[in-house]
Amino acid sequence: MTATDVSKPAALIIGGGIAGIQSALDIADAGFKVYLVERSPSIGGRMSQLDKTFPTLDCSACILTPKMVDAGRHPNIELLTYSEVTEVTGQPGAFHAHIKKKPRYVDVDKCSGCGLCAAACRLTGKVSSDFNAGMGKRAAVYVPFPQAVPLKYTVDPNECIFLTRGVCGKTFKCKDACTAGAINFDQKEEFVEVEVATVINATGFDVFDATRRPELGYGVYPQVITTLEFERLASASGPTAGRISLNGNLPRRVVFIQCVGSRDVGLGAPWCSRVCCMAVAKQAHLAHDRLPGAEITVFYIDIRAFGKGFEEFYDRVRHEGVLYRKGMPSEVLRRGDHLVVRAEDMLLGEMVDVEADLVVLAVGIAPRKDATQVAEMLHLRQDESGFFAEDHPKVRTVESSQPGIFLAGCCQGPKDIPDTVAHAKAAASAAMILLAQTEKAMVTSYAAN
Amino acid sequence: MLQIESRPFARDHDLFACVQCGKCTGGCPMTLKTKLNPRSLILRLLTAGNGFDLEPFPELWDCTTCSTCAKRCPKQVSPMEMIIGLRSAIVEKGAVHPNVKAALESTFRHGNPLALPREQRGAWAADLGVKHYTAGMEYLYYVGCTPSYDPRGQKVARALVALFSKAGVDFGILGNDENCCGSEVRRLGEAGLFEMMVEDNTGAYKELGVTKMFTTSPHCYNVYRNDYPKNGVQVQHYTQILAGLVADKQITFSGSLDKTVTYHDPCYLGKHNGIFDEPRAVLKAIPGLKLVEMDRSREKSLCCEGGGGRMWLEGTNPATRLAMMRVQEAVETGAQILATACPFCVLMLDEAVKTLNLEEKIQVMDVAEMAAQAL
Repeated sequence: MTATDVSKPAALIIGGGIAGIQSALDIADAGFKVYLVERSPSIGGRMSQLDKTFPTLDCSACILTPKMVDAGRHPNIELLTYSEVTEVTGQPGAFHAHIKKKPRYVDVDKCSGCGLCAAACRLTGKVSSDFNAGMGKRAAVYVPFPQAVPLKYTVDPNECIFLTRGVCGKTFKCKDACTAGAINFDQKEEFVEVEVATVINATGFDVFDATRRPELGYGVYPQVITTLEFERLASASGPTAGRISLNGNLPRRVVFIQCVGSRDVGLGAPWCSRVCCMAVAKQAHLAHDRLPGAEITVFYIDIRAFGKGFEEFYDRVRHEGVLYRKGMPSEVLRRGDHLVVRAEDMLLGEMVDVEADLVVLAVGIAPRKDATQVAEMLHLRQDESGFFAEDHPKVRTVESSQPGIFLAGCCQGPKDIPDTVAHAKAAASAAMILLAQTEKAMVTSYAAN
Repeated sequence: MLQIESRPFARDHDLFACVQCGKCTGGCPMTLKTKLNPRSLILRLLTAGNGFDLEPFPELWDCTTCSTCAKRCPKQVSPMEMIIGLRSAIVEKGAVHPNVKAALESTFRHGNPLALPREQRGAWAADLGVKHYTAGMEYLYYVGCTPSYDPRGQKVARALVALFSKAGVDFGILGNDENCCGSEVRRLGEAGLFEMMVEDNTGAYKELGVTKMFTTSPHCYNVYRNDYPKNGVQVQHYTQILAGLVADKQITFSGSLDKTVTYHDPCYLGKHNGIFDEPRAVLKAIPGLKLVEMDRSREKSLCCEGGGGRMWLEGTNPATRLAMMRVQEAVETGAQILATACPFCVLMLDEAVKTLNLEEKIQVMDVAEMAAQAL
């Protein structure tokens, strides 16, 4: 063992969203090695999908991209994108992790990110883009978004004609197009093993599946979308280049519905998702801004504007003419070429039918569908809700139920971006205590030998 | 004055869980025509101190118990059960509509709410050669009151017998020994009578050795499945069995039905019990049949107003009928047949077609009748 190895114990961070990136940067800046593992082709996570952030209206990508780039080129951070942690054993100070690197079918050392492969792919413009919440189309070989880190292409194994059917015409279009010779269909999955002193779980969240409230018409009416889809519509990097339009038409009447899959005991989502009230306020503002003259209505049960600058922002959007109506719409119906949102306006005590060209459902933050598998792998406890359980709800919110393994961000429970960043920094701090202790022990034991 | 002790009532029905979001009222079909407001009723009960007068709320009897409110409530409050509970308080005081009184009395005396003689209950099947249920048979076919006595309902029961006999299903009926299931009795708030009926029927089925049964009506299916104590008897709605027979090719359609059809989800089959696909699967298997959907389908199906005892009650606004709106919706789809799978729905929708003079345009049929016709 060399002296350098001894002086640098490492951390494993699972999940490359804003939480994982922030934890990684803090730990790496402190001089420790970080393995940042992300299962999708790029780091960035949910925040990269957002347009503006509340309540300051900062562009999400403008805040996030520099952090992504920093993480990508930090000498102490080893990015393992398109990779999954499969096994973690050991104890605090000495964990052993197995990481599966999925084949990209693209040699990342050769790929320059030019995109000639995607332009040539037979499926260009035909594959639904996860990054665009299913609204945009891409090719079977892709980068999820232009600011991806690393900016390396990946062949989607579930869509690529060659990988799914064994043959793609007489010749590989992507391979022929790539001047760097980076496409390599012989790639196989690889496993790497790493020794780390600590683990931070930052696996994020899924959004609530709005089809579980079928009365709201999601998946039935194309004019009913989720807040995440709205973000992609509003984003300059989205499928409509920031035009809030459906099939080319600008909606004149927009209705937002709060608490879809939050505060819902019946569907096993009793928690408040904490971000939706402000996300909707921000989206109502964007709708007001980009759809001049549009009627914008927000239906709510209670408005929770508890963060710094939140209430002020809520005031602002009302001043702009956004109409807030108290009442939880019970159903969305079709009327001719538009929709009708049917609700009891609680304060009027009257039934109202509000006509809409666009209905936006404020879908809640839900635990990852595979959170239980991650919990089993790391031997972590989950709450009744399915989020990862902290060791103490007040004073140990970044410590998991497993010593040496910490939690960062929405995997522990719903959070907005500032809270996620704070939580991630706290997790990094807790992890660094263990890293420092491990380093000291290693140096002592090295000296003793 | 119809005073109730609202505090224990609110606690028993978990009304304190309500966050007054209005989702119940927003989806209540009765708001299309009456003053019924489950959300405000909850708040009134919660804020009434300990005495609440039900007299000013005749709209309590408008509720069809369609369950939309209960299914959509994010806090698992059931305004529907609250209304049934309030009805019970009124029934206990004897202050009920004469029709309700008559229906309840008839159920008690004759085993049906229709004031028809017990000894004629099995007459509809006299010429069909249906076996009387005996122990060891696979299924008890629980026919129900409307399909037993009502001429329109009888057609459905006869079609069902034809279908299942053809498929070789081993079943028997109870004929004159069959007794009302009590579904409507419970929903009209006669909790005591319902309890007695549950005991009688459960005892009778146990003695007969019934292990599996199916029903014509979603209302009977629901009460056996959800309101009777769990006693190991497996109950199904006939559409579930029929869909299975069709899928397994034990029933094949040699005829065809070259019609455009839309399907109306009965509340007690769909919303209450989540059975949406089976009736549609049967319809789709009929050659020539083109199934189209109304906007309000599945969980959003518009109630026909036949449930919750409303077969015996006009409600506070009899002039406006949901069944008429529903028939219009069906006509708008271009359907020639409005299919459903519930005797109450058949009756309500049939009457609406007649009132609207739309007999030339659209016909109401039960899924069983359509399947039997296509055999």
